[in-house]
Amino acid sequence: MNSQSDTKYIHYLQYRGKFKGIPGWLLTTDHKKIGLLYLIAMITFFLVAMSLGFLMKLEMLKPSSTKGSTLMSAQTYNAVFTLHGVIMIFLFIIPGIPAVFGNFFLPIMLGARDVSFPKINLLSWYFYIAGAVIVLISLHTGGGPIDTGWTFYVPYSIRTTANVSLAVFGAFVLGFSSILTAINFITTIHHLRAPGMKWFKMPLFAWGLYATGWIQILATPVIGITLLLVILERTLGVGIFDPALGGDPLLYQHLFWIYSHPAVYIMILPAMGLVSEIIPTFTKKNIFGYSAIAVSSLAIAFVGYLVWGHHMFTSGISDTSRAIFSFLTFVVAIPSGVKVFNWVATMYKASIDPRTPFLFIMAFIVLFSIGGLTGLVLGALDTNIHVTDTYFVVAHFHYVMFGGMGTLFFGGLYYWFPKMFGKLFNEKIANTGLILFVTGFNVLYFTMFIMGYQGMPRRYYTYLAEFQTLQVISTIGSWIMISGILILLGNLVYALFRGRKAPDNPWGGTTLEWTIPSPPPVYNFEKIPVITKGPYERN
Amino acid sequence: MRPNIIEQVDTTFIITIGISFFLLIVITITMIVFVFRYNKKRNPVPSNISGNTLLEIIWTVIPLILVMIIFFSGYTGFKNMRDAPENSMVVKVTGQMWKWTFEYANKKISDTLFVPVGQPIKLEIYSVDVNHSLYLPAFRVKEDAIPGRVNYLWFQPMYEGTFDIACAEYCGLSHSLMYSKLVVLPENEFYEWYNKSQPIDSTINIRNTDTQK
Ligand SMILES: [Cu+2]
Repeated sequence: MNSQSDTKYIHYLQYRGKFKGIPGWLLTTDHKKIGLLYLIAMITFFLVAMSLGFLMKLEMLKPSSTKGSTLMSAQTYNAVFTLHGVIMIFLFIIPGIPAVFGNFFLPIMLGARDVSFPKINLLSWYFYIAGAVIVLISLHTGGGPIDTGWTFYVPYSIRTTANVSLAVFGAFVLGFSSILTAINFITTIHHLRAPGMKWFKMPLFAWGLYATGWIQILATPVIGITLLLVILERTLGVGIFDPALGGDPLLYQHLFWIYSHPAVYIMILPAMGLVSEIIPTFTKKNIFGYSAIAVSSLAIAFVGYLVWGHHMFTSGISDTSRAIFSFLTFVVAIPSGVKVFNWVATMYKASIDPRTPFLFIMAFIVLFSIGGLTGLVLGALDTNIHVTDTYFVVAHFHYVMFGGMGTLFFGGLYYWFPKMFGKLFNEKIANTGLILFVTGFNVLYFTMFIMGYQGMPRRYYTYLAEFQTLQVISTIGSWIMISGILILLGNLVYALFRGRKAPDNPWGGTTLEWTIPSPPPVYNFEKIPVITKGPYERN
Repeated sequence: MRPNIIEQVDTTFIITIGISFFLLIVITITMIVFVFRYNKKRNPVPSNISGNTLLEIIWTVIPLILVMIIFFSGYTGFKNMRDAPENSMVVKVTGQMWKWTFEYANKKISDTLFVPVGQPIKLEIYSVDVNHSLYLPAFRVKEDAIPGRVNYLWFQPMYEGTFDIACAEYCGLSHSLMYSKLVVLPENEFYEWYNKSQPIDSTINIRNTDTQK
């Protein structure tokens, strides 16, 4: 690969536009800098929400007696788990991979100089920050921190004195960020692919973002309207959800999950796309079944709309609808499973270089498979009735979302770090951090599967004495996992300042971002490349 | 004799976990073997494989069959769960922040669910405030209490004993304390309790049956 690093160029971090310093960053329309703005915000929010999770697990060390509190009061605990969920889901998992890596790499991978609407792209970052600030303000105003759980179920969310209205308004504003980013990505993919890049010559990460984009555009308005109705119900008592006024609490659950189940795929499809990027790079091989992976992203996005009811199997919806939702849930499991087989099959007769990003993939495949397979227990009707709303669901959700999207967020960061910042990191330290992360993760969450099947309900401030041993083991797992995460992040911060200079293509990747210097030039490509072969084909 | 719900749920669980464990082991072992066997030191030149339609069809169809087995197992157990026997004893349950109240056919009211052993019990579930969920972990059943509607579940206690009743749907401050007990008594002891008259406990906020129906 011919290197452009010797020739003088101005990379995007050196570039000075009209404004210098902080205003220069806050007014940038460079998709790469916007990606970094998201990255900084997102890691901050992640660390805050992780600390809240840490406190929850500390509280679970022993059951609290009815009177005396342990670490925190019941009201505080309820606010803590709500905020942990709200921050993780709305500020990290949903926007995470598209906002950071999609912004930074989608245009480069397509051979473009920026997204279709760079100014709107910056605007969506401001919506994101505005939403976050509104949630933050809600904690200190009105009735204080929201205590409804991240699902905001009515009638509790209508009756509680906590400041629900402002907090859900924050989530409403975040929706605009999500929609605008998606519009930008979809138009970019349609219009700005390099000459010769046909749809089926597009990198799979772009396919993942494309499928995600459509869900974001079509599903987000549903949650936006639903949250506004909650605010209306709280302020004016219009009687849409509140049964005391003739409303229907189940209507809320339907509307909430019509968005929030597809949202699960907003969270995971970009991560799946990323896996499909990293594997060919380290196996030195074309991905196995490119078209199947590409098309299954769209299939998942579509069928994902039809299964929301599986969150409501005990709510009293009709028996027929429960059976249909259960059936469709099993159908949607298939394309995800097929993707896993494709990834593993790519390793067959490959030439594998198990560097740090590849180890993240291995961790992902195991954790995500456990998450997906335990999803079958939840998809089956009779076992669902038993384990829904218990720790089993909490464990399943964390395996899929944190083990899936979370692992890949850090995996993607490790994969693209040399390209983003032009620095190499210490792989030994990274691998140690990763092993601690995976070990702690399993100790923390696997015990929750057992507690769940034994009947430990979720969102419990205190618990029956019989669960204490497993609770303590789980809490110790959280300490191991968090130390792994801190090592993983600390290692990158160190590399940022002290890392050796990265070459243009440290891993031997084949997609377009590896053909330009590290860090990338301001306008990515001196000359727009012409595409003649598939994204992972080698000569 | 009806199939036992507990056994049905546990069977679906074991089938599912069995299939899952098998798939997980296959995926993990295959991956690890490939990483060693096709390491760049042992296999410096990767072969040029980009797909195999037959293989892809096989690994789509087999999992599809496996999950359909799970679906049917789950559905069978579920049919039974929803189909309360004709001779069930009906008890009305009201969830409220943060306690359960049980009302029997003879208007007897209790904060503990006493039932005779062997008798199928159908619980009609109401709520007067927010969502709750009546959960009997030992019997593998739960159903939400939603204000404005009547939900139900049924179970059949086959032996005497005391079991936990939890609230599984988050309902605010004392959600985790919203436990009650199911006490399964010998038939004669139950009816002795059942027929004993009881002073009306005015602190128990019961659902207004007329407006809910
Ligand atoms: Cu409750």
